[in-house]
Amino acid sequence: MIDRRLLTNIDWMLIGFVAAICLLGIMNIYSATTPYKIVGAPYYLKQLYWVLFGLLVVTVICSLDYHILEDFSYWFYGFLIILLVAVLVVGRRSMGATRWLSLGFFNVQPSELMKIVIIATFAKYFTSVQTVNGLSVKDVLFPLGILAVPVLLIMKQPDLGTAVLVLLIALSIAVYVGLRWSTVVTFAVVMVPLTWFGWAKLLRPYQKDRILDFLNPERSRLGSGYHIIQSKIAVGSGGVFGKGFVKGTQSQLRFLPEQHTDFAFSVFAEEWGFIGCLVLIVLYLVLVLWGLNIARRCNDRFGSLLAVGVTAMLFWHIVINMGMVIGLFPVVGVPLPFFSYGGTSMITSMVGIGILQNISMRRFMF
Amino acid sequence: MKEQRFVRETSESKRRILILSFVVGGIFFLLLLRLWHLQILSADNYRNMSENNRLRFVPVAASRGAIMDRNGTVLVSNQPSFSLAVVPQEVENKDELLDRLAKLLGMDRAEMSERWEKGKGRAKYYPIILASNISRDQVEIVEENHLRLPGVEIEMKPVREYASGVLAAHLLGYIGEISEDELNAKGFEEYNPGDYLGKNGIERSWEKELHGNDGGRQLEVDARGRVLRTVSESYPTVGNSVVLTIDARIQKQAEKAFGDQAGAAVAMDVNTGEVLAFVSNPGFDPALFSGKMPADVWKEYLDDKRHPLENKALSGQYPPGSTFKVITALAGLEDGKIDENTSVNCNGSYELGSSTFKCWNKHGHGVTNLKKSLRESCDVYYYQLGERLGVDRIAAMAKRFMLGSPMGIGLAHEKAGLIPTAEWKLKRFGKRWFHGETLPVSIGQGYVLMTPIQLVSMIATVANEGNVYRPYLVKRIVDADGKPLREFKSELMGTTGISADKFKLVKQGLFAVVNEPGGTGAAARLSDVHVAGKTGSSQVVKLRDSKQATPYQYRDHALFVGFAPYEKPEIAVAVIVEHGEHGGSAAAPIAGRILRAWFDSKKPPKKEPVRLKGKGDEGTDDEPEPPAKKQGVNEENADD
Repeated sequence: MIDRRLLTNIDWMLIGFVAAICLLGIMNIYSATTPYKIVGAPYYLKQLYWVLFGLLVVTVICSLDYHILEDFSYWFYGFLIILLVAVLVVGRRSMGATRWLSLGFFNVQPSELMKIVIIATFAKYFTSVQTVNGLSVKDVLFPLGILAVPVLLIMKQPDLGTAVLVLLIALSIAVYVGLRWSTVVTFAVVMVPLTWFGWAKLLRPYQKDRILDFLNPERSRLGSGYHIIQSKIAVGSGGVFGKGFVKGTQSQLRFLPEQHTDFAFSVFAEEWGFIGCLVLIVLYLVLVLWGLNIARRCNDRFGSLLAVGVTAMLFWHIVINMGMVIGLFPVVGVPLPFFSYGGTSMITSMVGIGILQNISMRRFMF
Repeated sequence: MKEQRFVRETSESKRRILILSFVVGGIFFLLLLRLWHLQILSADNYRNMSENNRLRFVPVAASRGAIMDRNGTVLVSNQPSFSLAVVPQEVENKDELLDRLAKLLGMDRAEMSERWEKGKGRAKYYPIILASNISRDQVEIVEENHLRLPGVEIEMKPVREYASGVLAAHLLGYIGEISEDELNAKGFEEYNPGDYLGKNGIERSWEKELHGNDGGRQLEVDARGRVLRTVSESYPTVGNSVVLTIDARIQKQAEKAFGDQAGAAVAMDVNTGEVLAFVSNPGFDPALFSGKMPADVWKEYLDDKRHPLENKALSGQYPPGSTFKVITALAGLEDGKIDENTSVNCNGSYELGSSTFKCWNKHGHGVTNLKKSLRESCDVYYYQLGERLGVDRIAAMAKRFMLGSPMGIGLAHEKAGLIPTAEWKLKRFGKRWFHGETLPVSIGQGYVLMTPIQLVSMIATVANEGNVYRPYLVKRIVDADGKPLREFKSELMGTTGISADKFKLVKQGLFAVVNEPGGTGAAARLSDVHVAGKTGSSQVVKLRDSKQATPYQYRDHALFVGFAPYEKPEIAVAVIVEHGEHGGSAAAPIAGRILRAWFDSKKPPKKEPVRLKGKGDEGTDDEPEPPAKKQGVNEENADD
């Protein structure tokens, strides 16, 4: 199935960047979970297993031609919509939201899979659309519908972070394809009064309060505001060189929330300082640029769109997570790819890397 | 097909990738810029905040210094007190916990709940005191049920213990939690909310010495406030102790002598100004002020007509009555208006213009010279003398005794008293002085007001023949080990400039008051020591005749000022019994007992058996044996 030519074209750079970030991530999880009471296997070890499993996923994906996605993307899309509805009906509740679907031995989070599927769906749709001067309003109506259904279903769970990410990924693909100015202006003109109407007429005062708290966490010093402040203290107190491995007071004394998952970067910044952050950010930067480079080198429109979509997914995760940790964005539960602890995030990201590797390997085949 | 269409767009899409790459680079640069701002520009700030997060300073209150009497008898010291505290962040169910505490300890749930609410908003994980001063039994119950009371802590701190209960309560004062106003005031910068400090009396005046330096522990805590380790520790320094000039034995006798009567007494060393006893009766329990004041006791204090919370020795201002005749007499002698032989015929009253001024003895004293005027406290003698002197000459003499302004005893709220002059009246009321107003002044009525401190200072100055010493309460400051740090010396405020022979004339009169037949102060007589003094009574309400059923609050105040021994004065005493009516019967016996206590304390080894007269043989005429009570009753007439 895999011919020799493909093996010689393996993109080692891509694997290398990812592996480097994963190793830093495992090391950081080791430090972040030191103050925890550990039952069973330690977190860093489990994360290592997820990384290895992720690499297996990458290998499996690489063995199949990514054009399978082009053929089946609408089927996948339809199937996922059913799953998202099912989540709302029979899903497992945890922490005030219903995100998981229990398959007996296995729990899946359909909204997570939707990130990949929306990329494939958009890529397939835009491959078939003729665009000379960019997308017209008419061109975007159908993808808008495709997008609106899963986004609304995910928001209903509620999982605002994922909904926003799906939206941003789709938007990124559309921008890459190209939008006419008239399209942008039309949307702006429609959105402004719609937003105003929604704010003024539809939302109850307590809902407005929640949104304001969300946008400006320092409004509430105890809830998410407390987390943001503690995270900024952790990052800022790291200084240039950091407090040293397993020596961050904010993390070791557990002033940070979710410090092995969503706020893992905060722990890293405290212990390794600006220098450490610089290294990590540069790694992410080259990873993203490398993803765009794969898209550029791909001579196949579907592959190129797919690569841009996957890269956008990684990029937005990185920016939103880091922006939250350093107090630029509101607190949304978005993990840092390859770095935060967690199997779901690791597998989704690795599927993305598998797709990128797949495209990169087959760039000479067309 | 697909490929062909794509080729046309390839160059355009490659351009787009380039633009996206720059956008991505730009956004990552912004992230780095923000990190630069946090980690390099604001690093110090955030590092401080992380230290504040991690470290908690727990102050350890310094043990307050003790207060002792002149002989080293401890009057105020410390004992541990336990408080019930809670760390709200460690409590899951507040209502349940309060219910449980109220049930286990039998305490008022509403009050604990109120304190809890009040304590909110302070630093996280800082314990809130729910109840102070809980009993050892309650402490034990809390400790036994520790597992069922998450977040509940017992805090120990030293509180004031008053060894002799209510003894010298007004003088010692009490401590209390620092108030909002004090926190903002100058000189209290080092105090924190919740600190205790002296509110009154010596506790307040000597706060700086007594307080000591608080220490503290710097603890490392985690996000839940759990203490992980002690980072650094500074030990509190115990406050210095104050050694008073007071003699507890005299103080005790003086307070006992008052019984239920309201009033004040001050005893002083005539040659130094050291205050030996400082009484304001009735007293109060100072311990209640530092702990929890029961509402009924508080109400009792407020409702008591005798005003137990008032420091009468310090802030009480009374017309000195006939005790003031000492000043008028000296003014007359100094001005040459009288000498020892100048006589006046008293027929019971004196006419001035259309007014009649009555002598307290309506039958009159007959021919009266200086000595007799003092002994029998003849008012007419002083009316005439006052008229000839005029108010300003009397006032000038009073000023030589430093009357009319606070003596500077070193306690807050000391009052000035009042010595009227013509100028004063013009300023105060806009009216000129009438001749008729001088007459009451000359017998210590009218506008004249003096504090017990001024009364004792006045008589001490007579006793030592002209020296005005500043009365003082603190002999020395010692450190926790008893090593003296500062010694306070007697301070001469001034001299009267009156020759000794004039003082001698007045003193002879004062001797007669106590020791001669017809004297008004016989109740102050001692068996073995010659006492000299002057009685007085001061009107609370003008001119009443029905003597029998005067309500308490309208009865005259009774006064006695005196010193002893007559030959070589050591101690002066001033006693005022509010609404005691007659100085001779109410105040003089108390003065006698204070003097008795002083002379007893001076010869400790064999004071018990020796009760009969020692060496007294000169002036003692009639039975010297029973010192106080009986004689006072005999001479019931006193002066009026």
